[in-house]
Amino acid sequence: MVCPTGTQAMAAKTISEKILSAKSGVDARAGRVVVCRVDCAMGTDGSAPMAIDYFQAMGGQSVRDAARIVFALDHYAPAPNRAIALLHQRLREFAGRFGIELWDVGEGIGHQLMVESGRALPGGLVVGADSHAVTYGALNAFSTGIGSSDLAAILICGRLWLRVPESIRVNLSGQLPRGVYAKDAALALAAALGADGAAYQALEFGGPGVGALDMDDRLVLSNFAVEMGAKNGIFPADEQTSEYLAGRTRQGFEAVAADADARYAREVALNLDTLSPQVALPHQVDRVEPIGQAAGTPVQMVYLGTCTGGRVKDFHEARDVLKAGGGVARGVKLVVTPASRAVLETLAQDGTLADFVAMGAVVVTPGCGSCCGTCGAIPGDGVNVISTANRNFKGRMGNSGALIYLASPASCAAAAVRGAITDPREIDA
Amino acid sequence: MTGRARVFGDDINTDYIITSRRKRESLDPAVLRAYLFEEVDPRFAATVEAGDVIVAGKNFGCGSAMEVAVTAVLGAGIRAILARGFSRTYYRNAVNNGLLPVECDTGGIREGDRLLIADAEVRNLTTGVTLNTAPLPEIMQQIIAAGGLVPYFRRHGDF
Repeated sequence: MVCPTGTQAMAAKTISEKILSAKSGVDARAGRVVVCRVDCAMGTDGSAPMAIDYFQAMGGQSVRDAARIVFALDHYAPAPNRAIALLHQRLREFAGRFGIELWDVGEGIGHQLMVESGRALPGGLVVGADSHAVTYGALNAFSTGIGSSDLAAILICGRLWLRVPESIRVNLSGQLPRGVYAKDAALALAAALGADGAAYQALEFGGPGVGALDMDDRLVLSNFAVEMGAKNGIFPADEQTSEYLAGRTRQGFEAVAADADARYAREVALNLDTLSPQVALPHQVDRVEPIGQAAGTPVQMVYLGTCTGGRVKDFHEARDVLKAGGGVARGVKLVVTPASRAVLETLAQDGTLADFVAMGAVVVTPGCGSCCGTCGAIPGDGVNVISTANRNFKGRMGNSGALIYLASPASCAAAAVRGAITDPREIDA
Repeated sequence: MTGRARVFGDDINTDYIITSRRKRESLDPAVLRAYLFEEVDPRFAATVEAGDVIVAGKNFGCGSAMEVAVTAVLGAGIRAILARGFSRTYYRNAVNNGLLPVECDTGGIREGDRLLIADAEVRNLTTGVTLNTAPLPEIMQQIIAAGGLVPYFRRHGDF
C-alpha cells in the first residue's frame, strides 16, 4: 500500500484526527482545515428555519441525502406564540417535501433523541445546528455544533468544512463517591479548564475511570465540553457503548480508538474518587465552588431537566433525595421537564412521575423548556434558581433579573427540600 | 477597512449579543439590531454606526450557536470583530456570513479608537500601535471574500 504523504500519514492519531481523516479522505492533522462528509445532521426549531432561508438563498433545489438529516421541534415546545407556530409549520412542510425525518413538539430534546434513536454512532461525524450537539461524543462519534448556514450547505452538498482540533486528553481514574455525580465531575472540569480553556480543541476522555461511568454519565461530560469552549468531547467505545446501542440501530459501525502514541495539546487528570458536590454560581459556568461554600443560599425555583440533566437516572436521583428529605419546602417551585417522551413514559410507568406530581412539581412538555428562556417556566426578578442545566448566563432562563446556580440533580433536589442550597450528602437518600 | 472601536469585555455570550426572547419575536436583522447587546450595554443599539468595529476580550460569542448573533451584528452595519479569542461556533458563523473575525491582543484598544484593519495587522490610528494578526486558512478566506457561504454556494454549489 502506498502511503500518500509519507511518514506523517503513518504517525499516530487522536480519535478526532482518525474520524476526520476517514470522513474527509485526507490525512486530517490538528490545525488543518478539511471538508468532510457528514453522517447525520440535526437542526432544531431554533436553527432550522434560518437554515431553510440560507438554503433558498443559496439556490438549493433539492436535498442531497435526506436520510442523513433530521429536524427536532424542541426549543419552543409547545409553540408559545403565532410567529413560532408558523415557523413550526414551515419546518413540517419543508421536511415533508424533501422526506426529512422530523421529531415534532413533545418528542423531546433533539440531542437526547439523536442518542436514543441510534442516529449517533461510534466513529461517525454527527453534527447539530445547536451548540450542545457535542453530547453525542459520549458514543464515540465526532460530534459538534454548527450554524444554520452550515446546515444549509449540508442540505445541498452533504459536506462541511472543519478545522481539525488539537486534543486535550482527560485521564479519568477512580469512581464517583456516594452523593457525587457526573454533573459534579463536569463542573469540576469546567472549573479546572475555564470557560475557554479548550477553545478550538477536542476533549478526549480516556483512562481507567471511563469504565466506571455509565452512558448517562458520559453524556453529561460530553454535553459539558462546549462550556469549556471545546469543539467536541469524545469517549472511547466499550461494552457499555455496545449495550446502549443494542436495539437502537441496525446500521453497522466501527469504534475508533486513539493510537497509543497520539499527540495531545496537553493532558489533564480527573480523579473521580476525590470529587465532591459542586455548584456553579451566577452568571458563569466556570465560577464553580464546592457546594458547601454556597450552602444556605435561599432558593425559590428548582429546575430538573435539559440535555444535561433530564434523563431517567437524573429524575430517580432527585426523587430519592426529595423523598428522603420529606418533599419540597414551602415557597419553592419545582419544575420538571423530561428530556424526551421516552424518558417521560419511563417515569410514568415506574411511578416517579406520580411522586413528583404528589410533591407539587410542575411538569412541562419534553423539550428544551425553561433552560433557554424560550418557553416553559420563566423565573421572576431576584429569584434564585438551582438547575440541572449547563448554562447560567444572565437572562438565560428568560429574565435577566434571576440568578441561576448549576448543580447535580441530587443537589438540586436537596435545595428543594431545604429551600436553600444544601450538600445532598446531608440528606440520606 | 477603518472603523470606530466599540469595546466589550471577556466571555460575551450569544445571549448577551442578542437575547433568546428577542429571537422568539423575529429573526430579521433589521429588527434585531435595535436590541443588540442590550443585556450588557443598553445604550449600544442607539449609538452604533455603520462601520463600527466590535472589540472584545476572550471567548467572544460563547454559548448558543445561534446564527442571529452574527446576522444581527451585520444588520447594524458592523463588518469586523476583533477579539483575543472567539468561541468556535461564533467564529464559523461569522466566516459563513462574511463578517470578519480577527484574533489579536485587544487589551490596549479603548472605546472610540480609530482602527485600520489590513491583511495581516490591525493599526490603531488613535494610539499608533500596530497589532499582528494570524492569517485565516484558505477556505475561510475564500468564503469571506465571496461575502459568505450564500454567495459562495451560489457560485460553486459545493465546497
